[in-house]
Amino acid sequence: MDFKLTPDEEAFRDEVRAFAKENLSPEARKSSGFLSNWLKAVREKRWVGFNWPEAYGGGGGGIMKQVILKEEMAKAGAPPLGLCLMGLQWVGPAIIEYGTEEQKKSFLPDILDSKYQWCTGYSEPGYGSDLASLQCKAVRDGDEYVINGQKIWTSIASWSKWMILLTRTDFNTDDKHDGITCLLVEMDSPGIEVRPIKNMAGGSLFSEVFFDNVRVPVENLLGEEGKGWAVTVSALAHERSGISEVAGLAKQLDEVIELAKQATRNGRRASEQPSIRRRLAKADTIIEGMRLNGQRFLTRQLKGEPLSSETSINKLHRAFLAIELGDLSLEILGNASQYLGGDETSGVDQNLWPNGVLDWPTVVIGGGTPNIQRNIIAERILGLPKD
Amino acid sequence: MNFGLTDEQQILSNVARRFLDERAPMSTVRDVMESPEAFDDKLWSAMAELGWLGLIIDDEYGGVGLGWVDLAVLLEETGRGLLPAPLISTSLAAAAISDFGSADQKGRYLPSLADGSAIGTLALLEDGDVLGPDGIALAGVKEGGGYRLSGSKRFVHDAGVATLFIVPFRAGSEILFAVVQSSAEGVSSQSRRTMDETKRMGDLTLDNVLVAPDDVLAGPADGAVALARLFDLAAVAVTAEMIGAMDRAREITTQYAKDRIQFGAPIGKYQGVKHPLAEMYVDVETSRSLLYYAAWCVGEKPDGLPLATARAKAYASEAFTRIGTDGVQLHGAIGFTAEYDIQLYLKRSKWALPAFGDAEFHYERVSSLGGY
Repeated sequence: MDFKLTPDEEAFRDEVRAFAKENLSPEARKSSGFLSNWLKAVREKRWVGFNWPEAYGGGGGGIMKQVILKEEMAKAGAPPLGLCLMGLQWVGPAIIEYGTEEQKKSFLPDILDSKYQWCTGYSEPGYGSDLASLQCKAVRDGDEYVINGQKIWTSIASWSKWMILLTRTDFNTDDKHDGITCLLVEMDSPGIEVRPIKNMAGGSLFSEVFFDNVRVPVENLLGEEGKGWAVTVSALAHERSGISEVAGLAKQLDEVIELAKQATRNGRRASEQPSIRRRLAKADTIIEGMRLNGQRFLTRQLKGEPLSSETSINKLHRAFLAIELGDLSLEILGNASQYLGGDETSGVDQNLWPNGVLDWPTVVIGGGTPNIQRNIIAERILGLPKD
Repeated sequence: MNFGLTDEQQILSNVARRFLDERAPMSTVRDVMESPEAFDDKLWSAMAELGWLGLIIDDEYGGVGLGWVDLAVLLEETGRGLLPAPLISTSLAAAAISDFGSADQKGRYLPSLADGSAIGTLALLEDGDVLGPDGIALAGVKEGGGYRLSGSKRFVHDAGVATLFIVPFRAGSEILFAVVQSSAEGVSSQSRRTMDETKRMGDLTLDNVLVAPDDVLAGPADGAVALARLFDLAAVAVTAEMIGAMDRAREITTQYAKDRIQFGAPIGKYQGVKHPLAEMYVDVETSRSLLYYAAWCVGEKPDGLPLATARAKAYASEAFTRIGTDGVQLHGAIGFTAEYDIQLYLKRSKWALPAFGDAEFHYERVSSLGGY
């Protein structure tokens, strides 16, 4: 057991810190070209796609340094390392793992350069948590697949150029995980209709997507026909590994603590109320627990052992915190919490919190609800019978 | 970065589990817990031979010279098996002497703790059950170079079998630590049965006991700081046993959920049963992460120990309370019987909750150490 970094890793951490300090100074943040300068600078460092192979424009970096990079960036409150989040998180890795040479050359550089967005066509109206039963139909017709069906809860579909899409090419399999085919689909293809859905927080992040005889060239097949489930399993596992999220959560908790120090409740500071203190301490403890859990997972990855269902542990903690930190901020702020634009007379900048209270489903439901995470742990780790 | 056990620690864990399976299965645990002091001579000797009693004692004083991560590995196993033995108590006394004793004092006390001929324990608490310097009212009256002590210590673990007590007392504005032998004149101790039948706890009474100058621990520069460290070490040790016990409670309940058939299927098929079991797993693994980091801090990052300990004990106390209750509840009526082992784990969760600070106490420390 050793929680210390090697000298080489420490030097890298210092390099990242110095870079962040220079490029994220208050003056730099105020400049008009801040975001584009930032994206250019991190791209030049090869910190976008840090762990992707160098041959495809990535950084070729190891897992440990990747964690250091992400953690330091989260601590510094940095903008993302590249804007194509789904592309960087799972579309790119899936293409690296399953894609043809042509697909790699065509898609990976654009993801790294934040040229356009990717969206993820997984959930369907009848098949959300039970994703593997999906029914969106693809039929091979010469050099094309013809797609008919519907997707839903597709985040950022209305401003994405490409979609990674799960379809069913075989409806007569014994195992529902077979017969699924993964296609890369251009969103302006004839026959695709995107209808944004307004969410309870007022935004329209996700959409319904309809496919009416949409034709996709066969070279846009990712992996083998009928073996698309493997692509999603790898992709979803990638989504859940995030150690760096913890640094972001710690930052969020610091903001709630600051709020509690400033806000007055029942005639005294909120941070002096025992029940508030205990809830803050518990959130702090869970965040530290997540950080340490993450280090245990990381140790296994560094040893080359596969990571699978245990990452659901931190997903459950994160779901709890997403709701808890928002609700706690409401109790700290009282009535002033209700104004969506913030309440200038209370002297606390809190318009973040009511928004957080309403948009937690993005984190809690997206990528598998808490009950699905519990099923995963119970069935895959504890060996309990499937429902 | 490596948050895993070494090969040696894995061996220690395996050997401990095999020993406990063979020599202290639950039938033996139940026999020993019925005895007046929940103590078995033969088991104690065997533990001494395995090096467990001197695990963290330097080899020059007859110990094995390992660290607190190793001790945590061992205590996880003894907790898992609910082993009734004063292993935590004697390890903590050894830690106090190792950290704060002079070379002469280490030479006099540690070898007998390592070979099991002496059994040590901490006697930190008094009336009021205050975990900190404010809880120390016992005042030493100077006599010669030493002190006379009269008063009581309360909630002393393994008070009935201990032969050596680490006793903090006030001397003017300072807090000092006396090493008090059970055989000394004026010393009496009684242990009482607790909710957890495998544990004993009681009072140490000191009636005008003379403490010689060289029985006052020489080391600590600041007694209050030393006391805080002993409380932290004790909380780490208790939490390590809790991790093993809660993991075993989870295993027992999971197995029951696979075996028990109701409505035509194993009850573990139903989400009302499988989800609490998944939550147990989340709680055990997160407690384990927090605990091992605290145990690592003992030797490698002492200034991080208070916060790491507070987080570990707070989280594990809440987690084990839930696991104990859910464990019995998921068994149904059979879980309430004396015959089934799950109830012993529920009792351990109740014993462990207040031991060296409950969730309320340690969460409050997390707050104050966090600067709010």
